[in-house]
Amino acid sequence: MEDKSIYTGIQPAWCPGCGNFGILQAVQRAFAELKIKPSRVLMVSGIGQSGKLPHYLKANVFNELHGRPIPAAIGAKIANRELVVIAVSGDGDGYGEGGNHWIHAMRRNHDITYLVHNNQIYGLTKGQASPSSDLGFVTKTTPDGAPLPINPIAVAISCEASFVARSFAGDVDHLSAMIKLGISHKGFALIDILQPCVTFNHKNTYSWYRERVYKLEDGGQYNPDDKMAAFSKSQEWGDRIPIGVIYRKVRPVYEDLLPALKNGPLTRQKLDPLPVDRFLNEFA
Amino acid sequence: MAVDLNILIGGEAGQGVQSIGLILSKVFTRGGYHVFTDQDYESRIRGGHSFCRVRIKDTQVQAISESVDLLVALNRESVDLHEKEVVSTGLIIAENDKYAGGDNKKIFVLPMSELAKNKAGNPLTANSVALGALMAITGYELELLQNVFKDHFKDNHVLQQNITAAVEGYTYTKNNVKSSFHHQVHAREDTHKIVMDGNEAVALGALAAGCKFVSAYPMTPSTPVIEYMASKENEMGLAVIQAEDEISAINMTIGAAFAGVRSMTATSGGGFCLMVEGFGLAGMTETPIVIAYGQRPGPAIGLPTRMEQGDLQFVLRASHGEFPRAVFAPGTIEEAFWLTVKAFNMAEKYQIPVVILYDHYLADSYNTVNRFDMTTVTIDRGLILGSDELNSIKDYKRHKITPNGVSPRAFPLAGEPLVVTDSDEHNEAGHMIEDAETRTLMMQKRMRKLFSLRQDIQPPKLYGPKNAGSTLIGWGSTFGPLKEAIDLLHHENISVNMVHYSEIWPFYKETMVDIMAHSQHTFTVENNFTGQFADLIAQETGNLVSGRIVKYDGRPFSPEYIVREFNKMGG
Ligand SMILES: Cc1ncc(C[n+]2csc(CCOP(=O)(O)OP(=O)(O)O)c2C)c(N)n1
Ligand code: SF4
Ligand SMILES: [Mg+2]
Repeated sequence: MEDKSIYTGIQPAWCPGCGNFGILQAVQRAFAELKIKPSRVLMVSGIGQSGKLPHYLKANVFNELHGRPIPAAIGAKIANRELVVIAVSGDGDGYGEGGNHWIHAMRRNHDITYLVHNNQIYGLTKGQASPSSDLGFVTKTTPDGAPLPINPIAVAISCEASFVARSFAGDVDHLSAMIKLGISHKGFALIDILQPCVTFNHKNTYSWYRERVYKLEDGGQYNPDDKMAAFSKSQEWGDRIPIGVIYRKVRPVYEDLLPALKNGPLTRQKLDPLPVDRFLNEFA
Repeated sequence: MAVDLNILIGGEAGQGVQSIGLILSKVFTRGGYHVFTDQDYESRIRGGHSFCRVRIKDTQVQAISESVDLLVALNRESVDLHEKEVVSTGLIIAENDKYAGGDNKKIFVLPMSELAKNKAGNPLTANSVALGALMAITGYELELLQNVFKDHFKDNHVLQQNITAAVEGYTYTKNNVKSSFHHQVHAREDTHKIVMDGNEAVALGALAAGCKFVSAYPMTPSTPVIEYMASKENEMGLAVIQAEDEISAINMTIGAAFAGVRSMTATSGGGFCLMVEGFGLAGMTETPIVIAYGQRPGPAIGLPTRMEQGDLQFVLRASHGEFPRAVFAPGTIEEAFWLTVKAFNMAEKYQIPVVILYDHYLADSYNTVNRFDMTTVTIDRGLILGSDELNSIKDYKRHKITPNGVSPRAFPLAGEPLVVTDSDEHNEAGHMIEDAETRTLMMQKRMRKLFSLRQDIQPPKLYGPKNAGSTLIGWGSTFGPLKEAIDLLHHENISVNMVHYSEIWPFYKETMVDIMAHSQHTFTVENNFTGQFADLIAQETGNLVSGRIVKYDGRPFSPEYIVREFNKMGG
């Protein structure tokens, strides 16, 4: 067992039994096993219960606005490619408020890892429906039942996200394995994490998920490189919910296309006004 | 005779009106003259009416004039619309003398299309025929036009066609123009000045300041800033990214700045509306960013290709909550460059967002300027801990409370200590808090930065006598028209001076208090409906100006317009 104490941050303020504890453990284990020093990691989170995760770890932290962790993560990654950049959202933060950023970050294939604590509810604001709440789910803001949920896996595949996985906060072994794969992946890695909210979501509970999740890697049949297979896998929800790497594709990483990054991180480039003198000739 | 020649070129979008404006500006600048050229066009790619006004003087010029000496009409509509602006001794160059409604004696018929098609072999060179004709009429050196063509047209075949077209226009005009034009201009010594618009000046300022990261979403009038900077990605080692929207653009900019590089975004009012949330985030997390904000008339889409100064109060107040910011509004092309450099320095020194609030008029007007001296550009990154300093600190606190409110900055991975910040209210270490005591201390810490920032703000510029009966007050792009209006009023022996603000916020109060104590009348001059700068003066000094000269039709002030309004106010 790796030493995880160097990754311990301030005292968590989540409800006892919250699925987020499993995510915290899994992230710490992934860092320890990959031997990533806290100072190399930048965690950019949004607002929600998930947004607090980075504070409970040891890493560089930028706790962003609601829905905006991805853009800041991208900016930081372009500025300093030597950072391991991890964006963290909830289902409301990532699939609702920040949905546009998510879609385009996948399309452009930035080299960041994206953890979405998907508890199918708004936890921090005390129990309203989220974009991923199950059809018909009744909350105070959806007394007539929630409309059709987003299918984050299918959206990600259609945006050619280069790494798409799902895991379960109740299975720390599986989750930390997925996080390790995501961090090691070159390009955008989405990890949608089924996360029980013990206080506000009494439908999608630990046991509800446990009865349904099954691991794609068990059985050895599934090939995540097959896009059509991945699409049909993404449609499974309800009685059986697949977890594991659902889609994977090798394709150009956005940061590799930027000429300025070829000379090392932008943070180390010299600030020099003199070359601009040459440009003035264009205006004569 | 003093040279003050005004040429108006009109046509429809797609006829090259804009490039004629730029070419003429360069041609006369290379001949030792000062040029100011503005652009008036519609939000369309083809058709409609667009024009540019090129003003050529032998002394500094920073505004257009209402009277036109030479009207170059590339289509009939241009005669209809601008005929009345042409002075009695003026000339209209047009394809057909039936065009003029009134005084067709002014028309010099130039068969532009025919010469372009049959002599130059390319109908698209009609505007070069007109340029050649302009050289002949004004007596200016044709070689200078040919020289500028050589830099302008990259394709040799197209270049030759345009040179032929210009020679044809020149020769035809020499042979056919009846009487000598009243305003002859001969090239003088080249003083090696350059011609630039406000967007280019902002872009160059950002490059000179060492900006390494730009994220933006295109919006008129500031799009050319990002386009120009993107063209220098390789040479300057910077990354330019077109974001999916302005919300993303500002948050990317913040992320890059947090990671340790100078970063900026560029937008207009509609885009800044989307950025406001991120603007506050920069304030809360004390992340230095620069926003190049080119105003256009609003609200909503407004007039996309027109000018206004309607967003001043919006920018001064943007975001919920309170935090320090700086707002600069360049009055000239030179200021657009130097204030952009300063914006980066202030942003990093005080760890705040800084807005360069310019507008479509400055963004798109060309002016002859001296080459900026890059050896005098200073880069002040403020308090940044290097890796040794950082590693000697055991627990680094990103938001450490200090006497002037500025905490030493560190970047992730610069050393072992961790850098933590939060959009939630936070403690010195950057972790979120709820308690009243820390909140109070952190508010005071951030707001304290304003006191030192104030010391770095330059006073407004005074023009004219120190004490005068009336004072005209302006800010931003009204500088040129306002200054010339003062000159015109002085010719009428009116006791008037001018105060111009280009470093708007924090507000430099002392000058204003002084002026209001000494001038009998004070008038603000600004391109908006309510007189937003007048409100700012009232807020900061407790005094009301005597009158507000406003204009909100989407078009810039002319010096003559200001004089008329001033006289109406009984100033
Ligand atoms: C612009 C904005 N709108 C609304 C909120 C209020 N808000 C905070 S978190 C949240 C939803 C959180 O849901 P989710 O992202 O699923 O996170 P969870 O708490 O469930 O982990 C909302 C609506 C906010 N902070 N900012
Ligand atoms: S409300 Fe739900 S998600 Fe939030 S801490 Fe409690 S259990 Fe976790
Ligand atoms: Mg949630």
